[in-house]
Amino acid sequence: MRDLAQILFFVLIVRPFLALFIGLRVRGREHLSVPDPFVLVANHSSHLDTISLLSLFPLQRLRRIRPCAAADYFGRNPLVLGLSRTLFNILPIARTHIHSENHPIQRMRETLEGGESLLLFPEGTRRAGGEIGELRSGIAYLAEQIPGLTVVPAYLENMGRALPKGEYLPVPFFCEVRLGAPRRLSGTREQMLGELRGALEALQSGI
Amino acid sequence: MSAFLALPPVMRIMAVTAAVLIAASVLVAVLRRARPAADFGELEARVRSWWVMASVFFAAILVDARISLVFFGLLSFWALKEYVTLLETRPADHRALFWAFLAVPAQYYLVWIGWYGMFVLFIPVYMFLFLPLRLVIAGQPQGFVRSASHLQWGLMAFVFGLSHLGALLRFAEPLPGPGVDGRTLVLFLVFVTEMSDVLQYAWGKLFGRHKILPTISPNKTWEGFVGGVLSASALSLLVRFLTPFPVWETLVVSFLICVVGFFGGAVMSAVKRDLGTKDFGSLIPGHGGVLDRVDSLCYSAPVFFHYVRFFH
Repeated sequence: MRDLAQILFFVLIVRPFLALFIGLRVRGREHLSVPDPFVLVANHSSHLDTISLLSLFPLQRLRRIRPCAAADYFGRNPLVLGLSRTLFNILPIARTHIHSENHPIQRMRETLEGGESLLLFPEGTRRAGGEIGELRSGIAYLAEQIPGLTVVPAYLENMGRALPKGEYLPVPFFCEVRLGAPRRLSGTREQMLGELRGALEALQSGI
Repeated sequence: MSAFLALPPVMRIMAVTAAVLIAASVLVAVLRRARPAADFGELEARVRSWWVMASVFFAAILVDARISLVFFGLLSFWALKEYVTLLETRPADHRALFWAFLAVPAQYYLVWIGWYGMFVLFIPVYMFLFLPLRLVIAGQPQGFVRSASHLQWGLMAFVFGLSHLGALLRFAEPLPGPGVDGRTLVLFLVFVTEMSDVLQYAWGKLFGRHKILPTISPNKTWEGFVGGVLSASALSLLVRFLTPFPVWETLVVSFLICVVGFFGGAVMSAVKRDLGTKDFGSLIPGHGGVLDRVDSLCYSAPVFFHYVRFFH
């Protein structure tokens, strides 16, 4: 039932909205053809980020892509939580009051081991301006614990102009998603984050 | 020939357009055959895009005036989108931008209901008064004048200017001549403007020596300008059946359309230059964005509309 709701939502609302209103352009879509499970990592400036990235997947695959979402923000009331679970199939991630039961890395790892893929914004929050913020180390811990984990980097352009943090009325700026080649992170955690950052910055400058 | 003359004007312009496009396609094929080593990829893409654009345009024009207005509205929307995406907007501009986009359906709605007075005033007066107010409410004085002027300019060019295509449909008075109406005037305007663009490009490529606006648009030359304007004006006689004009007036009007269209293209070149881009977008292969294609129309549509309104 939830699957159907999400599919209908994407077919009837999200895809027409992104195509006709936003005019979303996609470069490097072929990089998403990697098998599940993998982690799609992107910069974050808008709620449009999640729906744009999810809209790139075939409908039958949609349910297997879990956007990691702040539990404190998306669980702030039952309505928001219900909608984000039903329409986006979010994986709620604790940012505060972390204990062994709700440990973020643990939750993400279980999800990946269950064969589902993750959509992760390692900046941890939506940022203003087009710059890439400091990357949190969660993705590096994850890559350390799951050897051979595939990571696909993505840079989202202009989403924060179309629908910035704190706004609910979108303005139709042209937005673009640029996807990079799938990769495996290696080395120390710092090196992994450095490599990821390099990949995102390369996509940012349009390479 | 007599069969052609018996057709209604709308069918005749479709036949003329098809003939021009077939000639262009044949020419490209011949060029390829003659010089296999040269790359005609962009030219081919352009001609192919012209086929698509002409088909879409005729489909939007032929069926129903409502569809035509929606189509022109979408052109304005897309052009304004291409323009604001290139602007350096401030976060404080967000709501004003939202209202600026709402002006698109509002303007075309005014055209549809036929309220001429408000159609002429809405953007130059009321949006002009309202948008700065919305920017003031956002409370960010740095860059205020810039934002207010950028927004108003975009609305004037891409919404107000282009909406005169719709105005020709709705506000052109009953005109003398068999089968001539607002719709055929739109077809005449678009045909002449676009032929002028294409011919200026062709003359410039073939004979261009002396740059006309070197700091604005290095591709525009005197040879292209003069050759394009004169040949497009002459060609307009082929489609005189779309207008109520006698021969001399057809020549005068199309000369005016071509020259004004050139100004439109030059102004948009300056905009692109200032905003640091070569094309406004990538929707139309070989052409760039929608704005790269309608730049001349933003200028020629209001001028032609008012010509018809004042003198007929």
